[in-house]
Amino acid sequence: MAIDWQPSASLETLRERARLMVKVRDFFAQRDVLEVETPVLGQGGSTDVHLVSLHTLARTDKGQRRLWLQTSPEFHMKRLLAAGSGPIFQLARSFRDGEIGGRHNIEFTMLEWYRPQFTLDQLIDETATLIMSLLPSFPGPLVHYRYRELFHTYLEIDPFTTPLEKLRSLAAKRAQMSAQSLAAEGRDTCLDLLMSVVIEPQLGQRELSVVLDYPASQAALARRHQDVDGEWVSSRFEVYLNGIELANGYDELIDAAEQRTRFADDNAERRRLGLPEVDVDERLLAALEHGMPEGAGVALGIDRLIQLALGKARLEDVLAFSTPNC
Amino acid sequence: MANYSTNEFKAGLKVMLDGDPCSIVENELVKPGKGQAFNRVKLRNLMTGRVGEKTFKSGDSLEGADVMDLEMEYLYTDGDMWHFMKTDGSFEQYAVEKKALGDSVKWLKEQVPYIITLWNDKAISVTPPNFIELEVVETDPGLKGDTAQGGSKPATLSSGAVVRVPLFINQGEVLKIDTRSGDYVSRA
Repeated sequence: MAIDWQPSASLETLRERARLMVKVRDFFAQRDVLEVETPVLGQGGSTDVHLVSLHTLARTDKGQRRLWLQTSPEFHMKRLLAAGSGPIFQLARSFRDGEIGGRHNIEFTMLEWYRPQFTLDQLIDETATLIMSLLPSFPGPLVHYRYRELFHTYLEIDPFTTPLEKLRSLAAKRAQMSAQSLAAEGRDTCLDLLMSVVIEPQLGQRELSVVLDYPASQAALARRHQDVDGEWVSSRFEVYLNGIELANGYDELIDAAEQRTRFADDNAERRRLGLPEVDVDERLLAALEHGMPEGAGVALGIDRLIQLALGKARLEDVLAFSTPNC
Repeated sequence: MANYSTNEFKAGLKVMLDGDPCSIVENELVKPGKGQAFNRVKLRNLMTGRVGEKTFKSGDSLEGADVMDLEMEYLYTDGDMWHFMKTDGSFEQYAVEKKALGDSVKWLKEQVPYIITLWNDKAISVTPPNFIELEVVETDPGLKGDTAQGGSKPATLSSGAVVRVPLFINQGEVLKIDTRSGDYVSRA
């Protein structure tokens, strides 16, 4: 069989992609946000239980060390913020093992930026402005939804109070899954499944949708706050267009002790699930102890946005060489 | 058979699901913002032909199905079974049940090659070639001169299929038919 060596994207698409990248850089230059380049490798990695990190062995000044390919440039960029960089952005190659599909590639480009002193609302507005500036036509207005409200609308349940047994049976039914395969799963997995299978496809249709007030258990590296109903929620937002998740933003957690606890909890959960533990990024924790300015940050899957802007069916249509073709 | 994990699912892979052999039509990774990954998989049940959607946890696996597509010529029917012969020169014959034949029964013609799908060496479905040439055994007499106008009439073909044909077609003519749609294409 002949070896397929040709690019995944057409050359015309790669020219369009380059033009959009110029627009991204212009957008931040006009706003005095500094472009930075941080390492792909790190001595610490993401402990997130649902991300699978790649790692490699390198001969370093300390002998042979395991170094982690970053799942996003977040930790290094936060160390720059703690050092007083001010607002920064990066177009960063990031790696998530096993993620291959029409919207995923193991190696991908993350557009990530941080805005010291910004509120979540200010960052949502800036994110929407950037997205709209890259699309060929107006996608419709920016519409805000609360996580709880979406579950009421599309599933007629309250995500915070519905008993776990009911969540499991509803998720299995709506996702066409066997009940037994969810028998051991917790609330978040059931909610995630309902969110991705039932709700997400409805979002970002003739509008740009932003979702707020995720459950506190889904905070990752965001702060938590009490919402108008008194429920503890994550200070986090996600942006959707055409049913596709484009961006994930946080009111950034800057409390070093809380961050250390979350890393430890993740690794404890990893042990429970029989997953490999990930080395905690001690340098990030030290930077937070020194002090990182309050503010908001967001990670946007720029490959997906380019895919939507150019009307391509699959992510690989905008990548020079997708992972199966690398 | 080997087991295949969700990462290896791709269009055309044959797997066992709930006791039936299935062919994967589409496999999409679904990963919410911060949560666990799932795979939404479209599968065609090879016994019923129906396409359904299922969700799996990423990393779950399914047993492979011993399914093969082989080219075979149609030979004859004895009323109970339909007999086909491999075209690879082995002269090996397979008997196919009516249930496995399904709609393809109306497109059978001797010496035409069909794709026979075997599961554990038993025929479970028969796919006719996209185009087949069949003789008209019964239709109303053709209307002379009416070659350009629209309008159609039913015609019964030698295989038993009834298709719509243009008014100018006569009994005894051989026609090219698209078996996927059952449409008349042209005179052969």
